[in-house]
Amino acid sequence: MGDRGFNFSRKLNQSLDLGAATKTGTTICGVVFEAGVILGADTRSTNGETVADKDCEKIHYIAPNIYCCGAGTAADTESVTGLISSNLLLHRKQTDRPSAVKSALTLLKTTLFRHQGHIGAALVLGGVDSDGSHLFTVYPHGSSDALPYAAMGSGSLAAMATLETGYHEEMSLDAAKNLVTRAILSGVMNDLGSGSNVDLCVITRDSVQYLRNDTSNMHRTFRISSKFDDRQEAVIDYSHCGTATRVLHAN
Amino acid sequence: MFDAREDALAGARQHANWSPYDNNGGTVLAVAGESYVICAGDTRMSSGYNILTRKFEKIDKMSGKTLMASAGFAADAVTLKKTLKARCKQYEFQNKREIGCVAFAQMLSNTLYYRRFFPYYAFNIVAGLDAEGKGAVFTYDAVGSYERTNYSCQGSGQALIMPVLDNQLKTVSPLVLPAASSATPLSEQEAIDLIKDCFATAAERDIYTGDSVELWIMNAEGVRKEEMALRAD
Repeated sequence: MGDRGFNFSRKLNQSLDLGAATKTGTTICGVVFEAGVILGADTRSTNGETVADKDCEKIHYIAPNIYCCGAGTAADTESVTGLISSNLLLHRKQTDRPSAVKSALTLLKTTLFRHQGHIGAALVLGGVDSDGSHLFTVYPHGSSDALPYAAMGSGSLAAMATLETGYHEEMSLDAAKNLVTRAILSGVMNDLGSGSNVDLCVITRDSVQYLRNDTSNMHRTFRISSKFDDRQEAVIDYSHCGTATRVLHAN
Repeated sequence: MFDAREDALAGARQHANWSPYDNNGGTVLAVAGESYVICAGDTRMSSGYNILTRKFEKIDKMSGKTLMASAGFAADAVTLKKTLKARCKQYEFQNKREIGCVAFAQMLSNTLYYRRFFPYYAFNIVAGLDAEGKGAVFTYDAVGSYERTNYSCQGSGQALIMPVLDNQLKTVSPLVLPAASSATPLSEQEAIDLIKDCFATAAERDIYTGDSVELWIMNAEGVRKEEMALRAD
């Protein structure tokens, strides 16, 4: 090795360690029904074994007629859907036409493929366009599937078990909403990475309903009684502790 | 083409990845009062992102005045308790009386340290009434280091619950002279409510704590059990 120029000896042997980005356990799914597409997601965001957010949004806006559920690295699902959403908006301004779902799919999968799996986004993409209703799954390395029903994330096995049992072609709106809700709930109850509420998004030819917390699961099983609270108030003496912390008993 | 050494190497590589341990999660907690002790634990047993059972009891009665709660690796905890129960029986036959909670606490420490270089991967709390009928809590690490305290919390929810207990229950250290009572000043019912609130809170933020919480309450009248539902998601 000479004493001039760049030295690549360290670089060549290094494999890129991206460290511990926040990967979130998730249950997301989608179903094509007679009038359009329904997407569903849980609302738990985890950081290791602790719950980082009890009510986060995992169904992302892509275009007025297209939405996308995200699982995997939280930052990646948010940024990649935001990027594609912006590109489609510019494309619509140029063409003066509504976006096609396959345009969103192509932009997403080429972006993901270009980054060779380092963008950890596993997606369920759904929408309605001039070609009809579409549902796709997109994997972090850029492969995709077109499916009548799909599930992704750590709760996908639980959700898919429910979808396989309950799905049939040309479902009614109510039956499809019920199926998606049950699929997400089976992820919520049986997968520790998923939890809290169920968000739904119903996309049809002429309307979109974003049903935030369609099923709410935020009740607490116990809170210390109000009588006990009153007693706490009576005993509090802040003078000695110098903080706003409430104590049950002064020593 | 067919290389026996390659096969053997593949086998060796698989074995290198295998661990005899798992962490099944769960939280256990105990609070000692002047004349009572409360031992509590959630009933969820999990592995990775899976729930193995929603009804696994982490607390056992080891002798008349001694309860033991364990979090960590369930297989080790079950084996440890089985061994200790047998040794409690031996103690009874040899000494013509039941083992006390202070003696039991020492025995658990010895049993854990015996396995210093292949430990029981269990995090234990012993709760009981001492010779004077006062509440006693003993808290351990996996290799037998232990300490008598007036409250303790172990397991996956420890980081969430312990600061709250410090804040609400901190009293004089039992080692300080002149000796003062180290038991919590809370009444039995107040302590029960505090523990239930702690578990309900831990279940909100710790994915390995949930399903339900069992409380074992021991006082002069005996032992009784309470149970409360927790988040199941």
